Amino acid sequence: MSLAFDVLLALALLWSAWRSLATPDLTRAVVMFIVFGLLMALAWARLDAPDIALAEAAIGAGLTGALLLDALGAFGERRGRDGP
Amino acid sequence: MTPGLIYALTGVALFALGLAGVILLAQALRRILAFNLMGSGAFLVLVGLAQRDGGVDPAPHAMVLTGIVVAVASTALALALARRLAAGGHGDD
Amino acid sequence: MNAPARLAVVGFALALAGVLAAAVLDLPAAAVDLRAAVAKKLSASGVEHPVTAVLLNFRGYDTLLEVAVLLLALLGMLAVAKPEAAAPAPPAADPMLRTLSSVAVPLMILAAGYLLWAGAHRPGGAFQAGAVLAAAAVLLHLAGRLPAWASPSRVLRLGLAGGFLVFLSVAAILLAQGALLRYPPEHAGTLILLIEAGLTLSLGLILAGLFLVLARRPAPPRAGGGEEGKS
Repeated sequence: MSLAFDVLLALALLWSAWRSLATPDLTRAVVMFIVFGLLMALAWARLDAPDIALAEAAIGAGLTGALLLDALGAFGERRGRDGP
Repeated sequence: MTPGLIYALTGVALFALGLAGVILLAQALRRILAFNLMGSGAFLVLVGLAQRDGGVDPAPHAMVLTGIVVAVASTALALALARRLAAGGHGDD
Repeated sequence: MNAPARLAVVGFALALAGVLAAAVLDLPAAAVDLRAAVAKKLSASGVEHPVTAVLLNFRGYDTLLEVAVLLLALLGMLAVAKPEAAAPAPPAADPMLRTLSSVAVPLMILAAGYLLWAGAHRPGGAFQAGAVLAAAAVLLHLAGRLPAWASPSRVLRLGLAGGFLVFLSVAAILLAQGALLRYPPEHAGTLILLIEAGLTLSLGLILAGLFLVLARRPAPPRAGGGEEGKS
């Protein structure tokens, strides 16, 4: 039972990571990255690592997300070539 | 297959995905995202393997904690450099 | 990058994933059982939570260097960031955001203090507390109550470097008495709490600074000339 949850969480991690890199819209990519960070916090909780879960939720998802969203505004004016 | 092993394999996949992203993607912001994915994948491998034997090994936890904080600092520095490059008119390659 | 090169990179990544997965699945049992080693020495380490003990006591040197790396990253950002001459003024803060910050920030400071104290007994510690403090500072900035950093004042610089200096001075004193960062067991708990308190404050400032240095700030007055003065 719990193994099914782990497999689903792993699939969700991989899917959100893939969408973060593959979507052509930069804003959506950053949002998917924040989602990935929150799912990582769940994964740390499943791995019996509450300290890392706290730090990932605050720093990995929160602070990195804030930094990326702030950088989006700076990059917004010059939308360069899109990824693949 | 223990949960730790599942997450370790997920970490391997994330690392490879991030590596392909760093090489193939063109924009600086996407490369930074892919680099962070590589880091998260490596952390998952560390802690996933630490949980193999049924207990909880605290040493990889401390290493990953350190790694997360250093990753956010390097992301911030990379973003500052990328923004400075973009503002300087060199494009964001 | 043309299509065959892309395909080659994707193939290489897949091959790497395969090799690493095989290595992960085939890993032999660990030669050193760190879990038992940590559990044996936990009572002499000064704290009751194994991760905190590893971070601040057994591998304290790594944590010391990590804080130095964080400071270096912030210094790098201060050196690279330049005032944007034509940046628009930051938008006026939402009144709901201001109210949220009035309610949430005192609670976040309280939570940070709790996390710092709880780090000795249960999950918590300096990094988590510092991250919550940094989040409070970012929230204050978004609510319009905390300006972005143009060039940090003297007090702010002291706060930024303070945690690292406290840690470094404790390490230096202990080095003068014997080995590097070998806490005397009867004082270990107090020393760790002292170091963690300094680290919390410094980490909160450094992590907040990572955001606040980059945030849009209003264009500086042109009278100063080219480079904005960094005192």
